[in-house]
Amino acid sequence: MSAIVDVKTLVIDGKEVSARAGQTILEVARENGIEIPTLCHLDGLGDVGACRLCVVEVKGNNKLFPACVTSVFEGMEVSTQSERLQKHRRTILELLFTERNHICSVCVSNGHCELQSLAQSQGLTHVRLPYRNPDLPVDASHERFTVDHNRCILCTRCVRVCAEVEGAHVWDVMGRGIDSMVISDLNDPWGESSCTRCGKCVQVCPTGALFDKSKVGSSHPKYPDFLPYLNMMREAK
Amino acid sequence: MSKLKLATVWLDGCSGCHMSFLDMDERLLELAEHVDVVYSPIVDTKEYPDEVDIALVEGAVASVDDEKKIKKIRAHSKLLVAMGDCAITGNVPSMRNPIGPGPILERAYIENASAQQQIPCVVVPQLLKIVRPIHEFVKVDVYLPGCPPSADTFHAALMALVTGQPLDVPALTRFGA
Repeated sequence: MSAIVDVKTLVIDGKEVSARAGQTILEVARENGIEIPTLCHLDGLGDVGACRLCVVEVKGNNKLFPACVTSVFEGMEVSTQSERLQKHRRTILELLFTERNHICSVCVSNGHCELQSLAQSQGLTHVRLPYRNPDLPVDASHERFTVDHNRCILCTRCVRVCAEVEGAHVWDVMGRGIDSMVISDLNDPWGESSCTRCGKCVQVCPTGALFDKSKVGSSHPKYPDFLPYLNMMREAK
Repeated sequence: MSKLKLATVWLDGCSGCHMSFLDMDERLLELAEHVDVVYSPIVDTKEYPDEVDIALVEGAVASVDDEKKIKKIRAHSKLLVAMGDCAITGNVPSMRNPIGPGPILERAYIENASAQQQIPCVVVPQLLKIVRPIHEFVKVDVYLPGCPPSADTFHAALMALVTGQPLDVPALTRFGA
């Protein structure tokens, strides 16, 4: 006998869809071919709603909701592409570009960067806000990998994959607000940390913040698709 | 119909955008049916003309001279196109921003100089404290990102501009392209 499934029906961008209770708006939208842009979300990792790119409107509420961490409810009416949302998404991307030094042309991830391709898909041709030009370190102490804080957008995918999937929890976030930094162990050099050298953080990093030293100066695509597969195989065990 | 007046300007950039512009090759002839190049690093006009229809500006604003030039260009151009990432984001020239011009000049003219160690202060324009995109100084009408924008991008964008057709920039190019 199959378990009773609690089905919710809702409307996303005018399309009637059904979902299981507890699913997020993002999951349901993607299952139904409705694309909501995301940056900190990655299939296979827990969601934290850090980047705010996936914000959507829910009828009856003036607030915006991050689709990746908002559960669906019966009768919900969601709008994902309004002009207001597109404006906010562009502004979020602009803020990310100004916050650190994203010099696409000389970045190891040029052409394979999620921030860069989102800027293009969201119609961003320039940044209206002044750049902050912070002086940030590059840690190349690890024998295989480098962390370039100039390119970090604090999505925390590295933190989550290291803690949730690798189980090492080498990465975490230090400081608050604009001073936040991703650190290894207790702000030790990466090469002297308890890193297991698995490289998962490098593969899930959406920008050129974490990269493989052997790929410098060449095409550096990343392959985060291993995650859902790895999770599935572990569950099947 | 008289041809449109086209100017191309080289501020703090590597001239790669101009190279890419020239990479349009035989399509330059097609463009030449619509425009006259009245000012450019590749023509011999010294003064920026009073009335320019389309100005393509490569490079960021890095010196007092760049700042003076971009204001003059804006005042005398109907349509100002920010050409390439340096003009739009600051790009590579802006990599000195976290360090500042002092240590950069020191490195280039003192530390790395084997003879006549001195920081130039006459003839060459003074550097601004930070390198900034041109739209932080003047209004920009069209942004054409890329490092450099490809010849195909130039061709599609310029033909759209000179013929008044709609131009969808993100469909053509992106930062770092």
